[in-house]
Amino acid sequence: MFERLYVMLMKEFLELKRDRWAMFRLVVPMIIQMLVFGYAATFTVYHVKTAILDLDQSQASRNLISHFLATSRFDIVDVAKTQSGITHDIDHDQAVIAIVIHAGFNRNLENGKTAPLQIIVDGTNSNTALIALGYISQIVAQFSADKSSRLPISIANTTVRPIGISFIARPWFNEGLNDRWFFIPGVIGTLTLMQVVSLTAFAIVREREVGTLEQIMVSPIRPFEFILGKTVPFFLIGLADIALVISFGVLWFHIPFVGNPWVMLLGASLFLLAALGMGLLLSTFSQTQQQAFALNFFFVNPFFILSGFAFPIAAMPSLLQWFTVINPLRYFLVVIRAVFLKGVGVAVLWPDLASMALLALVMLTISVLRFRKSLD
Amino acid sequence: MNVRRLYALAFKETLQVWRDPRSLAIALLMPLMQMGMLGYGVSLDIKHVPLCVFDQEHSQASRSIVDSFVSSGWFLISRTLDRQPDLRNVMDRGDCNAAIIIPANFSRTLAATGTASIQAVFDATDVNTTNIAMGYAQGAIAQANAELDAQWAASHGVLPYLVNQVDLEPSTWFNETLDSRNFIIPGVVAVILALVGAQLTSLTISREWERGTMEQLISTPVTALEVMLGKLIPYFVVGLIDAGFCLAAAVFWFHVPFRGNVVTLFVTSLLFLIVVLGIGYLISVHIRSQLGASQIALLVTMLPTTLLSGYTFPIDQMPAPIQALSLAVYPRYYVSILRAIFLKGSNLADLWIPLLGLSVYAIVIIWLAARAFHKRLD
Repeated sequence: MFERLYVMLMKEFLELKRDRWAMFRLVVPMIIQMLVFGYAATFTVYHVKTAILDLDQSQASRNLISHFLATSRFDIVDVAKTQSGITHDIDHDQAVIAIVIHAGFNRNLENGKTAPLQIIVDGTNSNTALIALGYISQIVAQFSADKSSRLPISIANTTVRPIGISFIARPWFNEGLNDRWFFIPGVIGTLTLMQVVSLTAFAIVREREVGTLEQIMVSPIRPFEFILGKTVPFFLIGLADIALVISFGVLWFHIPFVGNPWVMLLGASLFLLAALGMGLLLSTFSQTQQQAFALNFFFVNPFFILSGFAFPIAAMPSLLQWFTVINPLRYFLVVIRAVFLKGVGVAVLWPDLASMALLALVMLTISVLRFRKSLD
Repeated sequence: MNVRRLYALAFKETLQVWRDPRSLAIALLMPLMQMGMLGYGVSLDIKHVPLCVFDQEHSQASRSIVDSFVSSGWFLISRTLDRQPDLRNVMDRGDCNAAIIIPANFSRTLAATGTASIQAVFDATDVNTTNIAMGYAQGAIAQANAELDAQWAASHGVLPYLVNQVDLEPSTWFNETLDSRNFIIPGVVAVILALVGAQLTSLTISREWERGTMEQLISTPVTALEVMLGKLIPYFVVGLIDAGFCLAAAVFWFHVPFRGNVVTLFVTSLLFLIVVLGIGYLISVHIRSQLGASQIALLVTMLPTTLLSGYTFPIDQMPAPIQALSLAVYPRYYVSILRAIFLKGSNLADLWIPLLGLSVYAIVIIWLAARAFHKRLD
């Protein structure tokens, strides 16, 4: 058995070696994509284009505007003179936020009344709008607090002070709220899934389509050995890819790696087995490379979107949440993020590791069985 | 160009599509299924943040703080903790996205000094969710403070302190409910069409090479232009049907508000399909193996369209070199066009910038594609 397996492996590596573009295709796109997507994937909100209409022109209104300018969150792109100028800015994408300070703003504040402040938001991108609105309410709260600081006041000759709770928010595992730390581990998992599944799916279908599968079938090799021979090279390539992009994430993007590398190796190996199983399974359902390609598109894209890469699984309807149970990327993203940022080990991650192992086992078994059937 | 030859080629290609029902079924059903999955799957709206409560005091004051988190509607208490080590445990396991910690001397400190602090810990591995949850938490604390302030003012017979402040009146335009689906689903349509289009045409020529039928094709009198049109027309029809399916699903199934007009939608979609199918064809002409062609197609479509088209990640927040790169990602134009047509009701004149980008793209692609096919075997 080992001799046959060895011959099969030799054949695969020879094929890879003779394809002078193979190494280039396997490595360079990974690095380029890592670079581009590492920089592109961000939900941070800075320099929001803001238009201002100040109808009060008072010290208070100017003070409020300077509070907005003090952060780098908002860029004032237009100081409008009329309400229709504001409308024009929002309609023509020149501003995303408009702040309208009505006449009497200062007078209301001086008299201890509530001063309304009108904010118009272009809600087209609801995520940006929601986060920007959060910043606005923080800035306005700060303005209110500065305006009348919480000094003790005296009532009937006794000094009392108003009471209030202060709130300390502590984001753990990523104190700076740097969302690259969130996305880059996700990019690593996604790139690996795409590469490994398509390589595996195509490898077998090509033999089928070109006609060399028949030659292999008449050789004494067994289905199990054939599949092992096909998967081992891709397993090794996948491991090398993961190691490469992880070191890129650590050295180039400075993502902290606080966990244990062995836990990462275990998680990556189980994930690769599941991805290989998926590629093999797809290949048993395709007669031609065109079909393999279509199936690949059909599955890999939803697996990528529905993995928790950017969209929280908790925000999905329960039917789709159930669908993500068969998605190996979902588990790997939990593992890779936890090992990178939280530094937790097998004791915490075992459910995800076990799920990937189970998925790998099921998919590999089904594909060996289906493959044996197609031999008869 | 000879119409009869073109017809023959297009007819042959149509037959080929027709006689491979599995591929045809995938081409027609895949976009709809993807619409279903992605349309429901891509939501950033965190409705209920799982919250752990570590109340070390169990007083009336501490309970009213917890109540203000629950009554805000944004938090669901998933666990109550008793010991400090539990906190680390639940955060490590990801049982809750946020935990509030009320110190044992909370109400005493509040009464004595007028101020007491509450700590909230967030699992910031998911930064976007944390940002939103922190906003919700701040709102809950502000609500609790307003209530405390009103009680205090009433018991001292003075005006509430917090009244003297600015009242925010936000109004949201175009996507009034701030539902993330309304802005993501038009983007999903663009991404799916880009993927399906590339998948339809990127193997058409390389298949002829690998199957050995290229020699037959070359020995016929067809010209490069006829090959291009003959190969593209059948897939263009498939692509149009796909576009119709996806757009109809967006409007009638997902109820994304449609404020524009159908003609604008049709014209821009035609233009986009030309670009998408043309790029697939170009890949197919230049790369002879189906494996290579499909890998390149995957490379230039799947991740760039999802990440650089602006359909989830806002382009104006990217570093300048990446923004420049995104100009080459053709779905970005269609994403912004679809969004504007759906939510803002824009017409062709409003959309001249992305339309210009898409038109330039279409002209260059067609020009390259029309000249790409050479009748040579080497």
